[in-house]
Amino acid sequence: MLLKIAWRNIWRNRRRTLITATSIFFAVFFAIFMNSFQRGVWDNVINNVIRFYFGFVQVHQKGYWEEQSLDKTFVLTDELVNSMGSPKQVQLVVPRLESFALASHGTLTRGTLVVGIDPEKEDKLTTLASRVSQGEYLQAEDKAVLVGEGLAERLKIGLGDTLVLISQGYHGINAAGKYHIKGLLNFGSPELSNQMVYLPLKECQWFFGAENMATSLVAHVDDKFAAAKAIRQLNTELDTAAYEIIAWQQMIPEILEMKEMKDSSSKIMLWVLYLIVTFGIFGTVLMMTKERQYEFGILTSIGMNRSKLAFSVWIETVFLGLLGVLLGLLVSVPLTMYFYYNPIIVTGELAEIYEKFGIEPSLSTSIDPDLYYTQAIVVFVITSVLAIYPALKILRLKPVDAMRS
Amino acid sequence: MKNVISVSGITKTYNPKTIPVHALQGVDLEIEQGEFTALVGPSGSGKTTLLNIIGGLDEATEGTVIINDQDITKLSDGQLIQFRKEHIGFVFQAYNLIPVLTAKENVEFVMLLQGRSQAERNKRVNELMAAVGLSDKMNNRPSQLSGGQQQRVAVARALAPKPTFILADEPTANLDSKSTANLLDMMAELNKQENITFVFSTHDQRVIDRARRVVTLEDGKIVSDDHRDV
Ligand SMILES: Nc1ncnc2c1ncn2[C@@H]1O[C@H](COP(=O)(O)OP(=O)(O)OP(=O)(O)O)[C@@H](O)[C@H]1O
Ligand SMILES: [Mg+2]
Repeated sequence: MLLKIAWRNIWRNRRRTLITATSIFFAVFFAIFMNSFQRGVWDNVINNVIRFYFGFVQVHQKGYWEEQSLDKTFVLTDELVNSMGSPKQVQLVVPRLESFALASHGTLTRGTLVVGIDPEKEDKLTTLASRVSQGEYLQAEDKAVLVGEGLAERLKIGLGDTLVLISQGYHGINAAGKYHIKGLLNFGSPELSNQMVYLPLKECQWFFGAENMATSLVAHVDDKFAAAKAIRQLNTELDTAAYEIIAWQQMIPEILEMKEMKDSSSKIMLWVLYLIVTFGIFGTVLMMTKERQYEFGILTSIGMNRSKLAFSVWIETVFLGLLGVLLGLLVSVPLTMYFYYNPIIVTGELAEIYEKFGIEPSLSTSIDPDLYYTQAIVVFVITSVLAIYPALKILRLKPVDAMRS
Repeated sequence: MKNVISVSGITKTYNPKTIPVHALQGVDLEIEQGEFTALVGPSGSGKTTLLNIIGGLDEATEGTVIINDQDITKLSDGQLIQFRKEHIGFVFQAYNLIPVLTAKENVEFVMLLQGRSQAERNKRVNELMAAVGLSDKMNNRPSQLSGGQQQRVAVARALAPKPTFILADEPTANLDSKSTANLLDMMAELNKQENITFVFSTHDQRVIDRARRVVTLEDGKIVSDDHRDV
């Protein structure tokens, strides 16, 4: 009965209800849509960066991430690879041996990042083969390199030429080698293009004097959710005294920081928006309370206790809010879904910027469930708090006074 | 006969600290089960004030109000609400009904608050709506009823929880003469058939003529108290 009364009371002043619900609708819709796009765009950036090179989960010898040195390598055993591959989210374990080297050709010298890879696995993880713009991709037994286009240009070197690599190997031994260039790689990001050199893992181990060793193992998982689950299991699976498990969040702190900053500025905007809506709802609640004094007086006279009456008015206010939320969800859920499955393809200048950083030039939404229910909770809280006002009025109401007005 | 209402030494002073208004100045009144009493007197004589105090809607400045052997001036606010729900039926001058509920639901409402069963409620609602002659208006909202019909539904609602008595403050003030006669017939009928106690205030001579007891107030004092046969 209380629910029925609350529901019917909402429709007593249809126009006011519709205006209030519409204002809530706009706030909810706008908040969801904006958040969804923003998160979608960041998800896209993060996903690209992660999939592009880092992977969602990496395992190293303890301390490597802090101080990335060849001395912090570990022996690549089947046992280790197997236990890293044991969570069912991990589809593949990809080994790498990474370090810095000087690359020279003729009189030109550049600093490079040399990465020893298992060509087949690496391609599954980062689709490296698809980035070969000239020449061919590596085979496991090759004694050849792939270099970024930017680096090739700076060294004035081309396909089939010989690149000289000089570095300090494992435990400080001298490392030097000559490799012919089997392919050039096209990276979106200039940072990668200007410094990447790929070698087959075996050759790389030989070059650095690190037989059978690796600096990192990358777990190939579907997404951030799978990564979180896998990490939880890996924490028990691996000897965490000897190895460190690094999650994607730790690999891209700058990007996440940027995202935080953007998020907080849009949060302020949403706060303001909700503040306005709150005043709107409060106006409605205020009018409603005033109009209904007499009725409240009658109800307490005939024996309805105050807390029940306050509760029914609370429900009414919350109903009003949820009505707006429902409308908001009704429109924003399908719309965000649509853009999630049909991202907007960016063109023109913006697309170039995206591509420059090796990011898919598309704007898509996020459909994380929390985007939706957060708004419902926010409105619920606002209306609940606002309903305290009539509730207090009712708790202090004297029937005689209420009915005289 | 048993007293259902026993009021003694009631005074009521509004605004005691600023401009005091002595609305009641020592009222003693006893009302027995089954009486049909009109409270009359000029405007401002204190009729509403007295009814509100008897009904536990307002507090007396001095004096006691004993209803069914219970001194209600000693009850807390929450206990008073509970007491009203069980013992007193109210009919106000106008706008008695909850606008969003149908006639039937309005009558049912207090019983619902009392936690009566669906079957019991239905039976009682049908009974009462028949008694007030509105069986065919069960599902009308108050806005779809005439003023007289609304007042009759209000009487039905007041009777629903089987209260000890019914207080009605100028129940006919907003009604035309035909509706007034109708409502009075109905109240008198309920009083006779079911021995329901009514106390109502009025200005209307036609209503006064129907009362079996007429208590007259002037300046917050009872100046006459006549028992008559009608
Ligand atoms: N809340 C109040 N504050 C101050 N004075 C009041 C209040 N309520 C009533 N009074 C005064 O108390 C006196 C009695 O008022 P009451 O309403 O009981 O009279 P009444 O007999 O019901 O009059 P009417 O026939 O006009 O309804 C009047 O002088 C009135 O002005
Ligand atoms: Mg009066």
